[in-house]
Amino acid sequence: MKENFKENMIQKKEGEIEKGGSKSIFGVWIYLMSDCLLFASLFATFVILRHATNGGPSGAEIFDLHFVFAETVLLLASSFTLGIATLYAHHEGSKKKALRFIAITFILGLAFLFMETYEFMKLIGEGHGPDKSAFLSAFFTLLGVHGLHVLFGLVWMAVLYIQIAKRGLQHALIDRLSALSLFWHFIDIIWIFIFTIVYLMAFV
Amino acid sequence: MIKTFEVLDENFESSKRAFTSYVVGFLLSLALSFMSFFIIVKGIVSSYLALLTIIILGVIQLLVQVFFFLHLPIKRKPYWNVLVFFFTLIIVSFLVIGSLWIMYHLNMNMMGMPPFNSNEGRIPQ
Repeated sequence: MKENFKENMIQKKEGEIEKGGSKSIFGVWIYLMSDCLLFASLFATFVILRHATNGGPSGAEIFDLHFVFAETVLLLASSFTLGIATLYAHHEGSKKKALRFIAITFILGLAFLFMETYEFMKLIGEGHGPDKSAFLSAFFTLLGVHGLHVLFGLVWMAVLYIQIAKRGLQHALIDRLSALSLFWHFIDIIWIFIFTIVYLMAFV
Repeated sequence: MIKTFEVLDENFESSKRAFTSYVVGFLLSLALSFMSFFIIVKGIVSSYLALLTIIILGVIQLLVQVFFFLHLPIKRKPYWNVLVFFFTLIIVSFLVIGSLWIMYHLNMNMMGMPPFNSNEGRIPQ
């Protein structure tokens, strides 16, 4: 009897999740995987054009690794806090805590985006814009596409924050939060590759 | 009452596990990023070894994030996520390795030609 009850509860819980959530999360997963292909081609382009500096500066001359490492820490931390927000929404149903962690994530993401924009502005100001060499074109394209993903993620996060604040932690909103969380972790993983392949490898 | 408590308890257990997984994933990622950063900034090993090390650290970090953050469900029954993930991995490796391979050989084959539109090709008077 006891076992039966427990099983029923679990089945009911899983059934609820199955209804819409699991399918839409799978859809997000497929989208992310196709996004992988976009980034793979940009990475391949970058690696091929890495030494095509056309008399302009090479990566080692213009990159500031300490600055980039700070960006990496920001993005990693934001990925972590969004995971915690999802956890609070899923398991505790605590709207206040979930919202607080979404807000922290938003601030971290925004700080990251500001740093990236600052780096772009600095490079262009010094005359190392995307028109300088094939290396810089590939660099700006890859980093720009990643930055656009971050920007899109931030807009999504802001909208979701308002929705959760207004309507509370509904099932549909928790699913959206999980989807956003997947997207954000994905951006983080792409950044790890940018950090390694674009920045660190420039100094090898 | 007791029955409800047990279900709650199970929920609590799984949430605790998920929390631990995030913390461990975060700390591991930080440590791995810092290691590759440190190796390059301090220049403690020769360049080929450094290249190899940061690539390996990057791949480890990919695995860490996929399992601790994305929670790729290897053990749960419908394997669709995993299937799509590995399919993408295969396509990505074709794309990247194939492109690099072709372009490398293309550059090698171009070596004998006099470079055009470049200062290096000028014959000193």
